[in-house]
Amino acid sequence: MSGYVIGRIGQAALVLWAAFTVSFVLLQALPGDAILIKFLNPELGLGPEQIADIRTSYGADSPLVVQYVHTALNFLTGNFGYSIHAGVPVGDLILANLPQTLWLGTLGFLLSLVLAITFAALSVLSPFSWLRSFIQSIPALFISTPVFWLGILLIQIFSFQLRLIPIINPGPWQALILPVLTLAVPISAPLAQILMRNIDHVLTEPFVAVARAKGASHRWVLWKHVAKNAVLPTLTIAGILFGELLAGAVVTEAVFGLNGLGGLTQRSVNDQDIAVLQAIVVFSAAAFVLINLTVDLLYPVFDPRLRVRQGAAA
Amino acid sequence: MTTTINIKPVSTDVSNLPVLEISKLTVGYLGNEALQRVVHEVSLVVRPGEVVALVGESGSGKTTMAQAVIGLLAENGRLEAGAVRLNGADIAGWSQKQLDTIRGSKITLIPQDPTSSLNPVKTIGAQVAEVLQIHRQGSRAEIDERVIKLLALVGLSQPELRAKQYPHELSGGMRQRVLIAIAVALRPALIIADEPTSALDVTVQKRILDLIDELRREYGTAVLLVTHDLGVAADRANHTVVLKGGRIQEEGPTAEVLASPRSDYTRKLLADAPSLGKTRPASRKRSPRLVGRDDAVVVKNLVQDFAVGRRDVFRAVDNVSFTVRRGTTHAIVGESGSGKTTTARSIVGFLKPTTGRILVDGIDVTSLRGENLRRFRKTIQLVYQNPFTSLDPRQTIFQIIEEPLLNFGSLPREDRARKVQAILERVGLPQSVLTRRPHALSGGQLQRVAIARALVLDPQVLVLDEAVSALDVTVQAQILTLLDELQRALELTYLFISHDLAVVRQISDTVSVLHNGRQVDIGPVEDVFQRPGSAYTRELISAIPGQRNGNQYSFP
Repeated sequence: MSGYVIGRIGQAALVLWAAFTVSFVLLQALPGDAILIKFLNPELGLGPEQIADIRTSYGADSPLVVQYVHTALNFLTGNFGYSIHAGVPVGDLILANLPQTLWLGTLGFLLSLVLAITFAALSVLSPFSWLRSFIQSIPALFISTPVFWLGILLIQIFSFQLRLIPIINPGPWQALILPVLTLAVPISAPLAQILMRNIDHVLTEPFVAVARAKGASHRWVLWKHVAKNAVLPTLTIAGILFGELLAGAVVTEAVFGLNGLGGLTQRSVNDQDIAVLQAIVVFSAAAFVLINLTVDLLYPVFDPRLRVRQGAAA
Repeated sequence: MTTTINIKPVSTDVSNLPVLEISKLTVGYLGNEALQRVVHEVSLVVRPGEVVALVGESGSGKTTMAQAVIGLLAENGRLEAGAVRLNGADIAGWSQKQLDTIRGSKITLIPQDPTSSLNPVKTIGAQVAEVLQIHRQGSRAEIDERVIKLLALVGLSQPELRAKQYPHELSGGMRQRVLIAIAVALRPALIIADEPTSALDVTVQKRILDLIDELRREYGTAVLLVTHDLGVAADRANHTVVLKGGRIQEEGPTAEVLASPRSDYTRKLLADAPSLGKTRPASRKRSPRLVGRDDAVVVKNLVQDFAVGRRDVFRAVDNVSFTVRRGTTHAIVGESGSGKTTTARSIVGFLKPTTGRILVDGIDVTSLRGENLRRFRKTIQLVYQNPFTSLDPRQTIFQIIEEPLLNFGSLPREDRARKVQAILERVGLPQSVLTRRPHALSGGQLQRVAIARALVLDPQVLVLDEAVSALDVTVQAQILTLLDELQRALELTYLFISHDLAVVRQISDTVSVLHNGRQVDIGPVEDVFQRPGSAYTRELISAIPGQRNGNQYSFP
């Protein structure tokens, strides 16, 4: 078991390193850079020599390999560099923007779980097959809904038409309602689909027939036999969907003008603030890897088949 | 076998009333367009303590009958007409809610496949306890105590430990014992055993059937035994009902049905059943040809290890040696885990032996690499157990048979077509199937396609890995006859991997018996059957169903 854990942690570290390296190479390959964008501004009136000095002070012209090693070592010690655009440490920028995104992400994820389970429960409990196929087709609609469009649509309906949620100076909770909904809908869809498919599959398993033959009611079977078996494979998908959540947060925060990591990402791309982008990529990758690592390590807790065998006798 | 499980006294006057009386039962399934009837006006009676066998091939409606009796038809199943009387009460029209009160207590089920019939994420104890909880049999502590007693009753060692284990930690036979414990927990009047041993090895099958017998005798429970195996029916049932296409072909006391069958269909079934039928008339009367020919396959001291974890090694095949003469059939027999499939995979060149030598057609398989190994595969071909999964569902039959020709050599298109058509005729299929896809063919036809695919490259050796095990007896007999014809016509050498000793006796010239990776017996098939050299082989032979009454039913 401990060998398995060490192996998985090693893999996680490898993924992080790969994410760091790939993003480093890609960001360096971008034409132009933040220093030029910021300091070539004619209003600053800086001469070429001064700009060259600034570049040297940032280390922008040293060989890529040196920059790579330098940045990597800094990351390892928790120093994520300086934002060229904002002129503050990247670490501070991320910390300042983190809470908003954390709330948005957590609530969005919880809501998507609630939505997915609701749909799965409605479909499995619906007494008519036409109703069931109708409910089962809703997630497909959700998946094909673009996040930016959904966000704008929700603002239209709830803020402008119904005037339920103010756009100007909403309360901290009010401000979260629509973004969370926007984020949750597309993520709930694959979860619901997989959950529904799993439930349908588990219902055809012979052990369900055996449970019915014991005299168990349909509801008893659903709760005591189907639920856990159907949820298990969904865990993996939930971990992977976390990546979707991050991507969704960028668009959602842009649409709703929230100050989170998504908004920060968008602004940093515009400014080509490479240090910030680099840190955000590594930070997101770390979160993604951590969540999936947790899912993997939790599996044996839920599924006895994945635990170490305790001497199966023939 | 003493137990104090809530014995309810049975009053004597009811003992002759039938436990189950099915009269004119008609069942159908709602399809896309219309209702398709699969059971037509079937009537049968099961009396207390009696075993009634419902025998038929796949598609005969026997499982539908069983499901209808216990009220667990598939969602689109409809009980159209007829009555199902359990102890006199017609339960055919009962709602699921009403049925829940008798399922598990009065009428129970022993399912077909023990590996998938237990919930993988619940402990054995919890799953046995469940039936007691549903029917409110006492407090938690009382139930726990009874679970342990039940597990002991069905012959599981260390019942306290078993109760805490999960299904995957138990073997198939042990799991079937658990399912039997669930079925007998509340002393039902009727147990429906739906192919209870079809997924089990022959020695385990015997032990499980003995257990059901024992519990039935002790409790006076009636059993409706659904089976495709006439041998099992012959050994275990008082009364046999033969079903075909949802209609009763024949019924009566088992001894009578088997000794003097009235219907042609029963006669055919009897003739085709390997365990009951006589060994084939022309059985292996080819001994003159056995001498003087060269060896097609030579296996010398084959050892195959698999790494388990980082340090441990599991020896799947341990020092197995045999030779197969050209044009003969050598069988490798054993139960699951005996190493028979591993041996076959080594011979075909899928596995590199740990030590030992394998010569096929004079070529040392163990030294082959890369392109030579690929070329070698032309001389030895495989036919798998399940034709439904071993053929690509998206290819036409023509494409399936043609594919090996595309992999080897560059025959022009017309020659390939000619070859495919010729081989199709050889295996007894009409040319019209060439444009169809696998789903449009029956299991027997598909296995013929699989054989055609293997033969299209003119191989010397055919490895048949349980190639007839998934087929009904009648189809099985046809495929075995086909294999025999092909062998005579094409001088093929067969390596026949099987767990079914009765089939092996029919088709093979020589046999190796494997047990835990070791070869415990080898020789001409009749020698091994008449004078088995090991206790294990003797046990295997005595476990073949259909011989409990001195094989008196064998078809003349």
